[in-house]
Amino acid sequence: MMKTKETMRIYGVNGPVVTVRGTTELSMMETVYVGRSRLIGEVVSVSREGAIIQVYEDTAGLGPGEPVEGTGAPMRAMLAPGLLAGIYDGIGRPLDRIAERDGEFIAAGTDLASVDLHKKYQMHLCVKRGDTVTGGQIFARCAETPSIEHRLIVPAGLSGEVVFCAADGDYTVSEPLLKVRDEWGEHTLNAITYHPIRTPRPVAERMSADRPLITGQRIIDTMFPIAKGGAAAIPGGFGTGKTMLQHQLAKWSAADIIVYVGCGERGNEMTQVLEEFSDLTDPRTGRSMLERTVLIANTSNMPVAAREASIYTGITIAEYYRDMGYDVALMADSTSRWAEALREISGRLEEMPAEEGFPAYLPSRLAAFYERAGLVRTLSGDQASVTVIGAVSPQGSDFSEPVTQNTKRFIRCFWALDKSLAYARHYPAVNWIDSYSEYRNQLSAWFDTRIAPDFTALRDRVSALLAEEAHLMEIVKLIGADLLANEQKLTLEIARCVRVGFLQQNAFDPADAYVPPEKQYQMIRLILFTYDKARDLTAAQIPVSVIAESGVFDRLCRLRFGIPNDGAAAAARKAEQEINRALEEILHSYSEKQ
Amino acid sequence: MNIEFIGLQDVNGPLIVLDGVNGAGYDELVRIRCADGERMGKVVRIDGERVVVQVFEGTAGLSLSDTRTVLTGRPLELPLAKSMLGRVFDGLGRPIDGYREIYGECKRPINGRAINPVCRDYPRDYIATGISSIDALATLIKGQKLPIFSGSGLPHNELAVQIARQANTADGNSCIVFAAMGVKNDVADYFRRAFEASGALSRTVMFLNLASDPITERITTPRCALTAAEYLAFDKGMDVLVIMTDMTAYAEALREVSSALGEIPGRKGYPGYLYSDLASLYERAGKIKGRPGSVTQLPILTMPNDDIAHPVPDLTGYITEGQIVLDRSLYAAGVYPPVSVLSSLSRLMKDGIGKAYTRDDHQVLSAQLYASYAQVQEVRSLAGVIGEEDLSAQDKAVLAFGQRFEKEFLCQPEGNTRTIAQTLDLGWELLSTLPRASLDRVDDATLDRYYRG
Repeated sequence: MMKTKETMRIYGVNGPVVTVRGTTELSMMETVYVGRSRLIGEVVSVSREGAIIQVYEDTAGLGPGEPVEGTGAPMRAMLAPGLLAGIYDGIGRPLDRIAERDGEFIAAGTDLASVDLHKKYQMHLCVKRGDTVTGGQIFARCAETPSIEHRLIVPAGLSGEVVFCAADGDYTVSEPLLKVRDEWGEHTLNAITYHPIRTPRPVAERMSADRPLITGQRIIDTMFPIAKGGAAAIPGGFGTGKTMLQHQLAKWSAADIIVYVGCGERGNEMTQVLEEFSDLTDPRTGRSMLERTVLIANTSNMPVAAREASIYTGITIAEYYRDMGYDVALMADSTSRWAEALREISGRLEEMPAEEGFPAYLPSRLAAFYERAGLVRTLSGDQASVTVIGAVSPQGSDFSEPVTQNTKRFIRCFWALDKSLAYARHYPAVNWIDSYSEYRNQLSAWFDTRIAPDFTALRDRVSALLAEEAHLMEIVKLIGADLLANEQKLTLEIARCVRVGFLQQNAFDPADAYVPPEKQYQMIRLILFTYDKARDLTAAQIPVSVIAESGVFDRLCRLRFGIPNDGAAAAARKAEQEINRALEEILHSYSEKQ
Repeated sequence: MNIEFIGLQDVNGPLIVLDGVNGAGYDELVRIRCADGERMGKVVRIDGERVVVQVFEGTAGLSLSDTRTVLTGRPLELPLAKSMLGRVFDGLGRPIDGYREIYGECKRPINGRAINPVCRDYPRDYIATGISSIDALATLIKGQKLPIFSGSGLPHNELAVQIARQANTADGNSCIVFAAMGVKNDVADYFRRAFEASGALSRTVMFLNLASDPITERITTPRCALTAAEYLAFDKGMDVLVIMTDMTAYAEALREVSSALGEIPGRKGYPGYLYSDLASLYERAGKIKGRPGSVTQLPILTMPNDDIAHPVPDLTGYITEGQIVLDRSLYAAGVYPPVSVLSSLSRLMKDGIGKAYTRDDHQVLSAQLYASYAQVQEVRSLAGVIGEEDLSAQDKAVLAFGQRFEKEFLCQPEGNTRTIAQTLDLGWELLSTLPRASLDRVDDATLDRYYRG
C-alpha cells in the first residue's frame, strides 16, 4: 500500500498534536507513523495546507523535519483468537509483551501485534471446498480458552465460492485457512480480521431488548434492571464506589464475555482486576474469570490521545465477540476521562469550545458510542448482544455538568451514586430516588414468568415504600420521629429493613457478593410479608417499639445472612413461619394485657 | 555541536519565542544566556521555525537583542545518586545547601515514564501511623497515594510530619523525599526542623520551590522529587515516602503558564489537561513486581475556601487512592488531628487489613464505626431542630457515643501514638456503649467476641 511520494515532514508540535504542511496525501482518520521513532498517530484534520495528527504516544523529543508516513488505512483493531485474558493499551497493543520487551516502564514507539502470532490453535473448519459462503458466516472454530469457543467469521461484504479449505488441525492465526473466489478475484482468509475502531460492525437486524442481564446485585436486578444489549451509566463523585460497582458487575454479570476498559483511571486498579479476576472462578464454567475477560488499560498517566481511542478499541472487540453469538458486556471506567481527552485535544486544535470547554461534538460522539450497544441478530443468524455500562465522573460531583447530562440522553439505565450514602458506607451507594431504568417495564414479563408471578408487583411496592419513606423523612427532619402516627413509624422501620437488609450488599462477603434473583425475590417477599403482618398489629394499637423489641426488624436487616443463595425458597418459608409466630405472640400477649 | 541563537522574537510572561530555529525537539531543554548569567527553559510549542520556550527561572531581565539560546537536544534530566539523601535542591534539582553538585551514577528525564500496569505490584502492606483515625478508618498502605485535603490554618503540616515520623522506621531502608511548591519559607523550615528533631534529616531529600521562587520551577519541582523517589525506591530498594506540598500552588503555576500560552481554559481557568497533568505526578506512586522498594505519596493540598468541589481537590480525588480530609469545625472544637471521618477514605485499605495484616475484626469494626458515626450526624441535625431533651433514649445513646468518639478516638495530641491493637480495642469499647442490636454491620460471632456492652 506504499504510495510513491516525497516524504512528508513534521512542521509543528504542540503536546500530542503534530502538524504537517504542504501535503494533500493524507486522508481523514488515516493512521500514520510519526517521526524517526515511528510513533502511532491518527489524522484528525486535513486542509489544503496540510494535515493535523493526534499522536497516541509521548511526543517528547519530536521535532520539525522528522518524517511522517501514512498507512492508507484508518485506525484498526486486530481481531483474532488470543485476545481473551489479555491486557492491551488504548490502541490494542499487548501490555504484557510490551513489558517483556521494554521493561517495567512503558516506552514510546512500540509496534506489536495484539495477539501472539506464533501460538497454534486447533482449528475445526465448518465449510468445505465448493461451498458458497457469505459475509458474517462462521467458517471455522477453535477453543480460544477451555471455556470459550472462538468462531471465525467471513468478513462482511465478502461472498463467493470456497476454492481452498485447510484441513482441520493446528494453525497459527496468520496461516491461511480459506480461499474464497468472488467476482473481484480470490481472497485468502486466516484467523485475523482487522476492523476500523470507529465504525460499528454490521449486523442483520437490531432487536428490542426483552431479557435482563442478571448481575446478582440486588439494587440493580430487582430495582433498576438492565437488559441484555442495554446501555447504562454509573455517575458518581470520587469515593462513591463507581469502580467497585464496575468490578462487581464485571465479575458477576451473566455475560459470556467481559470487555473492561480502564480509561484514564488508576494503574493499581488495572493490576487489581488482573489479580482478582485470575483468582476468581466463573461459577458458570468453573474456570478462571480472566479467561472470559479482555482488559484495555489506558491509565491516567498514559498518553491522552490513546485514551480517546481506548473506548472504541474496546467496543470493537466487544462487537467482534458478539458476532460469534455471545452476550458481551463492556464496562468503561470512566467515560468522563474519555470526554476530557476529547476536550484536551480539541483545545490543542483550537476548536471553538461549547459548554465548559468541551467541544460541540461531545453529544454526537457520546451518542455514537452508546448506540453501539444492542441486542441483535448477527449476520450468521444468532441472537447476541453488547451491553454497555459506562462510569461517569462528574466534575465536583455535580450531575448537571455536560458529560453526565449528555450521557443521560443516550442511556436508559441511570444508577446514580450518592456521596452521602457512600459517607455512611452504604454500598452499593446507588441512590434509589435519583436512579431509574427505562427497561423496567420491558423486562417485567421476564421476571414474572421466570422468577415469580408477583415479582413486578412486589418490586413496585418496595419502590413506593421507599418513596414514602423519603417523604416521611422530610417531616422527621422537622419535628422528630416521635410525633408520627404508629403506621408511619412502621413504614419507616420497614423501609430501614429494605435499605439495610436488602439494598446494601457486601461485595467482600463471599455469600453476599452475588445473589441470584430467586433469593432477591424471597428477600423482598419476606420483608413485605412482615410489613403486612405488622400492620395488623399497629391497627390493634400496638406500638411499633413493642414490635421492634421482638427483634423481627433486626432479623430482616440481617436477612442476607439468614437465607442461603441455594434453596432460598425453603429457608424463606421457614423464616416466614417464625416471623409470623413472633408477631402472633405479640398480638396475643398484648390483647390479653388489655 | 549545538547552535547558539542570538536574540528573541518575543517575551510573554514566562515564555520566550525564537524564530528561524531548525531542529528543535518538543520538550527539550534550552539554555538561555543573558546579562546576569544562565537560565534554563524547555520547548513547549513548535510551529515550523518558530519555537516557544518556557523559561524556568522567569523572564525578568531578558531582552530581545542580548539573549543567546542553545538547544541541548535533551529533555531536562536529573543526576541521581544515593548521596542525594540529606541534601537540599531547588526546583530544577540544583543543590542550594552550599555543598557540591551531585555526581550521579545515572541521569534520568524528570518526566519519567508510566509504569506498565502489568508490572505493578498491588500494594498490600499497611503503614502503622499510630493515629487511630487513619489506622482504623483510612489505613495508609505502602505504595499508596493518599492526599491530605486541608485548608489554610489547619494542621496538615503537623499531621504529615507525624505520619512521616512513624512511617520512617529506623530500619535504614526508608527515606523521605520532600517537595515544597510555593509554600512559605516558614513552612519549609518547619519541615526541616521536624525532620531534624526526629533524626530523619540525613535520610531526607528536599526539593524547595518557595512562594517567592519562579513559578515555572514550581512545575518541575514535583517531577524532580518523584524522579529521585523512583530511583531510591526501584533502583536502591528503599521505601520512599514523598510529601508534596502544596498541590494547589502547583496547579496555579500550571494555570499561569497555560494562560500565557493562550490555551483555552477549562473550569476556573485551569487548563483542560489539569487531570492528565496531575495524574502524571500521582501515578508515579506504587510498587513494581520483583523489585523491593515502594513510592508512597502524601500530597498536601489546601482547598480554596474549604471547597472540596474546587477543581484541584476534585481532580486529585479522582486520581488518588482515597483522601484524608481535615475539618475546620472539629479543629475549632479542639480535636487534633481533625480528621473528618465520613469524607476520608482509603481505597487500598480493604486489601491491606484483616487477618493477615492487622486484625481479623478490622474490616467490620471500621464499617460499623463509619455507620454509627454517620448516625451521630443524623441525630445531631435532628437534635438541632427538636432539642436534645426530646430525643429518644437510643438517639441519646448515639449522641453520647459521638461525643466520646471525637474526644477519645479522634483526639490524639502530638506524640501520643497508639498501636493498631489499642486503636481497634478502643473502637470496640466505644461501640459497646451502643445497643448491640443497632450494630448491623457486624456478624454475631464477631459481636460475641468483642462486644462488651
